[in-house]
Amino acid sequence: MKTACTRPLDVKRGRVDLSHGSGGRATAQLVEELFVRELHNEFLAQGDDGARLPRAAGRLVLATDAHVVSPLFFPGGDIGCLAVHGTINDVAVMGATPLYLAASFVLEEGYPLADLARIVASMARSSREAGVPVVTGDTKVVERGKADGVFITTTGVGILRDNVDCSGAHARPGDVVLLSGPIGDHGSAIMASRENLTFETPIVSDTAALHGLVGELLDAVPQMRAMRDATRGGIAAALNEIARQSAVGMLLEESAITVRAPVEAACELLGLDPLYLANEGKLLAICPPERAEAALAAMRAHPLGGDAAMIGRVQEDAYRFVQMNTRLGGRRIVDWLSGDQLPRIC
Amino acid sequence: MRYIDEFRDGRLARGLAAAIRRDVAPSRLYRFMEFCGGHTHAISRYGLADLLPENVRMVHGPGCPVCVLPIGRIDQAIRLAIGRGVILTTYGDTLRVPASEGLSLLRAKALGADVRMVYSTQDALAIARANPRREVVFLAIGFETTTPPTAVAILTAAAERLGNFSILCDHVLTPAAMHAILAAPQGVQIDGFVGPAHVSTVIGSAPYEPFADDYAKPVVIAGFEPLDLLRAIHLLVAQVNDGRAAVENEFTRAVTREGNRRAQDLVARVFTLREKFEWRGLGTIPSSALRLRPEFAQFDAERRFAERYLVVADHKACACGPILRGEKRPSDCKLFGTVCTPENPVGSCMVSAEGACAAHYTYGRFRGMAA
Repeated sequence: MKTACTRPLDVKRGRVDLSHGSGGRATAQLVEELFVRELHNEFLAQGDDGARLPRAAGRLVLATDAHVVSPLFFPGGDIGCLAVHGTINDVAVMGATPLYLAASFVLEEGYPLADLARIVASMARSSREAGVPVVTGDTKVVERGKADGVFITTTGVGILRDNVDCSGAHARPGDVVLLSGPIGDHGSAIMASRENLTFETPIVSDTAALHGLVGELLDAVPQMRAMRDATRGGIAAALNEIARQSAVGMLLEESAITVRAPVEAACELLGLDPLYLANEGKLLAICPPERAEAALAAMRAHPLGGDAAMIGRVQEDAYRFVQMNTRLGGRRIVDWLSGDQLPRIC
Repeated sequence: MRYIDEFRDGRLARGLAAAIRRDVAPSRLYRFMEFCGGHTHAISRYGLADLLPENVRMVHGPGCPVCVLPIGRIDQAIRLAIGRGVILTTYGDTLRVPASEGLSLLRAKALGADVRMVYSTQDALAIARANPRREVVFLAIGFETTTPPTAVAILTAAAERLGNFSILCDHVLTPAAMHAILAAPQGVQIDGFVGPAHVSTVIGSAPYEPFADDYAKPVVIAGFEPLDLLRAIHLLVAQVNDGRAAVENEFTRAVTREGNRRAQDLVARVFTLREKFEWRGLGTIPSSALRLRPEFAQFDAERRFAERYLVVADHKACACGPILRGEKRPSDCKLFGTVCTPENPVGSCMVSAEGACAAHYTYGRFRGMAA
């Protein structure tokens, strides 16, 4: 008997069609030739519905994140690396060492396989660089018009460090607020590419895996109270979350928060406030005051924390306001974002 | 950033603030209305109120284009988007303005209406060109700053014979609103105006002269940067101290007495005065808004779709009216911060970050509470 011969996937010109999600041969081929080949590791090679993982030595942390960015490719990255970094960061800021990722794809009928291949390659690259493999996954296809190209949900597992107890509920008055670098890069890169804005110095997303930075910070200062990667809603949202959870207020110093010149320019043009723009590689950390210098030094010693700064303090406040001393010498609230940031008119 | 940082310099700001503090007469109150939402936003965002002495009070004026748009105008747009299936395009801020039946353009979009945010009228034209079988309506709002771009869009559409493009014209006029505030029968408690920045680049400083001459109110035109504002306030204090009322121009880097003639000509070619227009909070004001000239009637969505404007009353307890007239402060309103918040705005002043209530809620409400 002859063995069945399947023509390889036409990655160059092919498109996702409904058969790729039917669970039949086409699905198996897509998974095999596109996903497994790129993301290969011993767990994925098991080929089962789930991954059997080694026994874990400690408490587990689980985090999940759906990625629906538009455009799918943007300066500095794409949805693939974003989906890896985003979930690694969510696990890391819990004070855990990220170990494994799971990835779920929702593909829109008609999406070019070549672009999908680029996305998967980017996922593979960033997961290898981070040392956190994608060990299991799933693919579904929906009809044209029912999704925006590709949606990726990633779930991450990590092991909590024994001596660390980080939570948004642990900030106390007197604590220091640390920030790992300039803000607003990712959000403004996305906005600028949506609006076709170009600048002399291009704006590039800051998407990066923060677990290395977090690891070195926790090695130096295991007493860290809370950490967040300041994604959607920017540092304003992240700090308001911590203030609410911990029932405290905060007072920031505007002069300590840096924004790159092209990001600032984009904000001026589009009427946006960088405090509310998404970051994908910036760490916010709340630290007891006596350990602040050590924490800052540890952050600055890492390539992703070279511009780390002390940007404010936690204070008592029954209203849990995050306030800011402005450069001008006034004071304002840094409130939650209401709805989306919409450009002002005149 | 060059040409921005210079106007946000903290040291210079503190110097100007000290000069203001030195010059104010401790015995009197200085109440200045910043007409423009852009100024309201800047005051809040930079915390300028903290730099001013107690007896200098900034009154937030009605110069926020979405704040003065009455419910009925948004209803018109929603009726076109839902009932007539048009592609409704407009500026971002307009999407959240509350309309009747708990709707807004954003909520209408969630119900399936094709509502699209644009950054400029050129984007709206591009959408019309790309969708020749659909009607595309641009909800044209704003003061004199946004009117010239709408005029350009109409002239372009006419030249291209773009048959599927029209506008709901809700463009309003700054001087008319200032007249309405000053002519209020109950009188006003305002000692001077910080004059608009971008609006004045178009209309110039001359249109404000009657406010100085007839109402004896000083006007100082200022840019939107914090140092512009502080300098303008300093000039206003000096005028009040001297008992003078003149139009002064702090924003000389962009504003002349005559303004932008080309822009004015474009507007005059395309638009003509409406007899009257209802403003949210200020009521119906004669000759305070624009409509398309008869020769451009085919681009007038109100005519094209026979879409009549229906007056809708504001929430009874909403104090947007007196707040826009400078009679009340946001915190005087019963709804402020309780049922009316930026998430669920009842009144229009809560909708845009330029609105008096939203600016106070978002940036300054700790002041009322800490006391």
